[in-house]
Amino acid sequence: MNAQMKTGILVASLVVVAVVASFAKRSDVYLLTLYCVYLMATFGLNLTVGYAGQMSLGQAAFFGIGAYVAAIALKAGVPFLLVLPISAIACFVVGLALGFPALRVQHHYLAFATLGFNVLVYLVMRNEEKLTGGTFGISGIPRPSLFGVSFDGPLAFFFFTFVSLIILAFFLWWLLRSPWGRAFAALRDNPIRAESLGVNITAYTLLAFAIGAACAGIGGVYYASLVEFIEPGPFHFSTSLTMLLAVIVGGSGRFFGPVIGTIIIILLPELLRSTNVSWLKFMQTWYLAVFGVAVVALMIWLPGGILSIGDRFKSKEVAK
Amino acid sequence: MTPFLEVKDVRKAYGAIKAVDGVSFDVGPGEIVGVIGPNGSGKTTLFNSILGQIAPTSGHVEFCGEDITGMSPLELSRRGVGRTFQTLQVFVKLSVRDNLIAAAQEFKGTLGGRLFAKPDAGLGDHADQMIELFRLKHVAHLPAGSLSYGQQKLIDIAMAFMAAPRLVLLDEPCAGVNPSLVDQLHDRLVELNKTQGGSFVVIEHNMDFIMKLCPHVICMVEGKVLAEGPPAQVQGNRAVLEAYLGN
Repeated sequence: MNAQMKTGILVASLVVVAVVASFAKRSDVYLLTLYCVYLMATFGLNLTVGYAGQMSLGQAAFFGIGAYVAAIALKAGVPFLLVLPISAIACFVVGLALGFPALRVQHHYLAFATLGFNVLVYLVMRNEEKLTGGTFGISGIPRPSLFGVSFDGPLAFFFFTFVSLIILAFFLWWLLRSPWGRAFAALRDNPIRAESLGVNITAYTLLAFAIGAACAGIGGVYYASLVEFIEPGPFHFSTSLTMLLAVIVGGSGRFFGPVIGTIIIILLPELLRSTNVSWLKFMQTWYLAVFGVAVVALMIWLPGGILSIGDRFKSKEVAK
Repeated sequence: MTPFLEVKDVRKAYGAIKAVDGVSFDVGPGEIVGVIGPNGSGKTTLFNSILGQIAPTSGHVEFCGEDITGMSPLELSRRGVGRTFQTLQVFVKLSVRDNLIAAAQEFKGTLGGRLFAKPDAGLGDHADQMIELFRLKHVAHLPAGSLSYGQQKLIDIAMAFMAAPRLVLLDEPCAGVNPSLVDQLHDRLVELNKTQGGSFVVIEHNMDFIMKLCPHVICMVEGKVLAEGPPAQVQGNRAVLEAYLGN
């Protein structure tokens, strides 16, 4: 498939999503917007985990930091266009700090270090009532209004989020195509060799965490505006696990991996739960069990994620 | 000839075991020096001590008059010191071409500047030349990890030369490489020595290869230099023969 065909398919897919959303019912528009919001965070996690090879179980913490910064700032009347960079920079800086353990430990040790960070952030959100509202959360978060155009309605906010997601995805694509992307891959594949070839592994490790965190922070801003009420629950470390699952199920280290993976973790359970097909009615109660079995089967059959299916068939061809 | 690399009485001990025991030698500009010795004689530990992978217990290493003892591999690479490892060390998921570009891109501009640089960091043509030199054109766009051991070894070596380092330390470049590729490797190294003008230090067990490539050979046994000199002289040294074959 050449580049023109790929671009054509991508543009056609985006148009299809836009058209589907335009005719979807309110709850489905909400679900699609939630998908876009989570995809911002999983795109960032894919950079950290998939491209730079740094394990992270703390993405939900950045998602939460972005959401709380946005909630507090938006309620204080700070314009959305200012809130967005503030949240992204806040998460970038905290992400840099979280990158430091990665300079000392790797793999499951790093996973636990980042998980600990997520637990810590969760506790701050739950216990610092004066700042975060504790378990009562923060309500009445306004939706953005830019240059006199309000994005208050569900469809308007969906398109606003959808366009923002496309811009973020383009930025990440551009970044990963640059020499930085190659340096991240070098860091992932072989950090010892990378360092001997002049790759500053300290800088790239910290950047991988910080950029991934900033993406989650941006996702958090849109999440706060989407739900209009936030409390610590959605930023529990179980959300970090779900986000990591999205990256791995889709295809870690593949640009469109999170696009597929986030469909599986956000949209699939809802589609199974709300199915109206008569012989699939049992899904309404069994959807989580079916979802679990599907993920187990997928990981056994395609450990490289759904997008590795092409490689699997290619290697079978070579073997023949 | 003014020494380019000076290794002065380098020692590395692990408890009571002296892996490297007072090794000294010089390498001149453009010189190719071979390091031979039986397994466990301390050759790779010596390399790692020179190249900052491990800290020597004592001794000094100077490069172009600067004390580089204990410097990190990153600092050394910035001073023009490259290396290959005993085992394969390529970036398995990157294409052959990207492996070569990755090997030199960090020497182009600043970290921030590289974000805005062309995707190939302006190294595409140079990478293609290296691919041509190492006869890797037919596999240039394949992931390095999908290639044979011998091909990966060639990529590994080509990567070490991409940034035209002034000094390259090659650790067993012929290990696991089939004989036809060994000849090709010899020719490529000679060509790079001529065109780039760098100095090489080569650890190798393949005696034919090292005798043909290196005008100066050092033989190490039990962490010490047992003999050094022109290849024929070292090869004929009775102590060297005993170290390899026993009494």
